Amino acid sequence: MSDKKNTVFLIVQDNEDARPIIEAVEQDNPDANIQYQPGMVRMEGAGQLVVNRETVEEQIGREWDVQELHLVLVSLAGNVDEDEDKFELSWH
Amino acid sequence: MSIEISAKTIQPVRLSYGNLKERFGDKKPASRYQEAVYDVQPTTNFQYLPIWDTKHELYDKSKTAIVMEDWYSFADPRQYYYGTYTIARSKQQDVAEHNFAFVDKRDLFDSVPEEVKQAAREILVPLRHVEWAANMNNCQITDECFGSNFSTLAMFNAMDRLGMAQYVTRLGLLLDGNEETSLDAGKQAWMEAPEWQGLRHAIEDMFVLDDWFELMVAQNFVLDGLVFPLLYDRFEKKLTTEGGATIAMLTEFMDDWYKETVRWTNALAKVTAKESEANQELLSKWTNKWTDRLVGALEPVAAKAFGADGIEQLTEVKEALLTRLTKSGVTGLKRS
Repeated sequence: MSDKKNTVFLIVQDNEDARPIIEAVEQDNPDANIQYQPGMVRMEGAGQLVVNRETVEEQIGREWDVQELHLVLVSLAGNVDEDEDKFELSWH
Repeated sequence: MSIEISAKTIQPVRLSYGNLKERFGDKKPASRYQEAVYDVQPTTNFQYLPIWDTKHELYDKSKTAIVMEDWYSFADPRQYYYGTYTIARSKQQDVAEHNFAFVDKRDLFDSVPEEVKQAAREILVPLRHVEWAANMNNCQITDECFGSNFSTLAMFNAMDRLGMAQYVTRLGLLLDGNEETSLDAGKQAWMEAPEWQGLRHAIEDMFVLDDWFELMVAQNFVLDGLVFPLLYDRFEKKLTTEGGATIAMLTEFMDDWYKETVRWTNALAKVTAKESEANQELLSKWTNKWTDRLVGALEPVAAKAFGADGIEQLTEVKEALLTRLTKSGVTGLKRS
């Protein structure tokens, strides 16, 4: 039960713009549980989930602004810690 | 009565093309770059040898001494296919257009000292011929190379070079209120002025290189690795301190372009050198050969551009290039 309470998640649309983000999450959060649902992708992490700018840039092949994440964002759970280099979810 | 809305997932029968499934597996959908670029070039069923080159097939791995197990092991880190490439360049073109219009509208060249304008005429304007040559060389690579990842890369590069030749031309026109004087003078300098002849000779020798990978090293690794940092970066910074910031504004694209190009040349050097000892040796042999030749050819240009400081500037640029290539796995480079 405590595990469930601890879960953070990030849900993004399932499209071409979101794919590099999903792949970056997969790479940087090996324990994340990624579920492909109709039209969207739900990424769950136990306690923490991070999207790193550098990893996304490697995937996408160009410079990427962390705020571009919001263009494909559907929903999230957790406290957000966002700066130029990362977008991080956790519970404080 | 209640209506129940439930979501249904439809699993696609396949996620991508067969060739990509073979390469990357069937777990994830392939990226647009992979779909657009991989395996587009035919590899079998060349019934006839081309009449202009009966020793090779139309697409032939033996047109270079470099040997790769899989020619598609190099992927452009920028992931440029037609769509991403044109979108990226059109954004940059908008900025450049705006800069040119701004300089023109505000008559910014009126406030640039005459000596700075003259320096731009003598050093920057002849570079349009260098860019045109780079266009030719990259077209040649597109023609001879093996693998559509290479032909895509080289063709985009060739188009960039044509675009940069045009920017230099427009800069030359703006310098003289739309008269062709400095363009004509630039051509004459390129053909006759002693400081350009070494470079022109070297570039004309590059036109007739047989091995396309050697041409890749000579043009895209070495020549660009010297000319862009030396002239579009260092020389323009010097002009800026002398009151020529306007010129830097009009060649902004070259600076951005070079930073972008460094990424794929590094990646290409890395992949090729890692493949085998023999490749590595070829890369360092060609790099040494063309660094020697082109540094020598650029010496008089550097001296004209920077005065007494020229040779030192050129040496620094050369060292930076060699350090970068060594980091990418091309070892055994000759240092001065």
